[in-house]
Amino acid sequence: MTNELHNALADYLLALADDELILGHRDSEWCGHAPILEEDIAFANIALDEIGHAGVWYRLVADLRDERPETYPDQLIYFREMADYRSAPLVELPKGDWALTMLRQYLFDALESVRLERLAASAYPPLAEADAKIRTEELYHLRHTTAWVRRLGLGTEESRRRMQAALETLWPYALQMIEQPSAELVEAGYVPAEDDLRHAWEDMVIPHLQDSGLDVPHQTILPPFDRQRHTEHLSALLDEMQSVARLIPDARW
Amino acid sequence: MMIEIERLWQALNDVPDPELPVVSLVELGIVRDVQVTAGKIVVTITPTFSGCPAHYAMQDAICDRLRQVTDAAIEIMTTYSPPWSSDWITDTAREKLRAFGIAPAPRHGGNVMLLEAVTCPNCGSANTVLRNPFGPTPCRMIYTCNDCRQPFEAFKPL
Repeated sequence: MTNELHNALADYLLALADDELILGHRDSEWCGHAPILEEDIAFANIALDEIGHAGVWYRLVADLRDERPETYPDQLIYFREMADYRSAPLVELPKGDWALTMLRQYLFDALESVRLERLAASAYPPLAEADAKIRTEELYHLRHTTAWVRRLGLGTEESRRRMQAALETLWPYALQMIEQPSAELVEAGYVPAEDDLRHAWEDMVIPHLQDSGLDVPHQTILPPFDRQRHTEHLSALLDEMQSVARLIPDARW
Repeated sequence: MMIEIERLWQALNDVPDPELPVVSLVELGIVRDVQVTAGKIVVTITPTFSGCPAHYAMQDAICDRLRQVTDAAIEIMTTYSPPWSSDWITDTAREKLRAFGIAPAPRHGGNVMLLEAVTCPNCGSANTVLRNPFGPTPCRMIYTCNDCRQPFEAFKPL
């Protein structure tokens, strides 16, 4: 593998990892606050899984960068500046109401599911191996959020109204998530191309949203997207997430 | 001094799972390999779920147990490949889990069926219903038995 390919793959995986971490943190904000106990338990688990998946991707980044995988995630998560994070706006947005949380998780899980299906055949063996670890765990998420989107979309007038509002908010950010990876990564067979991913994702989510009684927005122009820039919301999230570790950097728990 | 691998495995057999102390980490298939290289013991483990919060507690428990039988340096490595499967849980461990009140995951041979019927660990009825695919730990789900009317936990097929 050339150095350039190395770095491109590390950047790609860092973005995947950061998205999982930040979404996991957002999900964890429901702990003790979810509308029903069963969902409190479910979202605490989903949060834990997403953070665990971030850990799997961070280890691959560590390998590509010749860092020590055992200490790397902690350093990255607690001591990295906001400018060096690579998360996308979709996951940075505040948790909103239950409809927004559920719909965001569904749109993200669906994208993850089609991406993981393709990364299983990655020509970079450690990536295909990590994929195999994550894929079955993700089955549980997608099944859960798919059912909830339908339940809320076809539920009461109020739940439908909230779901539709959440969809209007989230749709452009969700479309934005499907990026064009650097050409050399696709050519090397390491990661899937953008159009392949987009079609698979749209084929999965659009019929389901419609079956759930929701109107899918017609969005043709995407807001500009740069993973080096962040929403204001990430700043508050990192302040909270990093505060304890930064207070006593050498603490052992 | 020669370090006998067999003795290390025997010691590891006593290390209980931190969340399910009736079964050991070896029986659950979490301990994958034990090697001795240049006087150092290298234990390879694999997490059940990637985000398992007990992963570090397991590493400490393994080190503590091995230190009782050896002075050699110990290193714990984590691997994700092949990914942990609930199929690896031994038959004896399945019985212990059932007696503890947790339904073991049906063996799936690599094709995880999420809707597989789960047998109630209390009364043996198959007339059970999934209440929540998520439970008190990442590897467990919550069911109710329609016959004995008891809620119970089941190991997630993975």
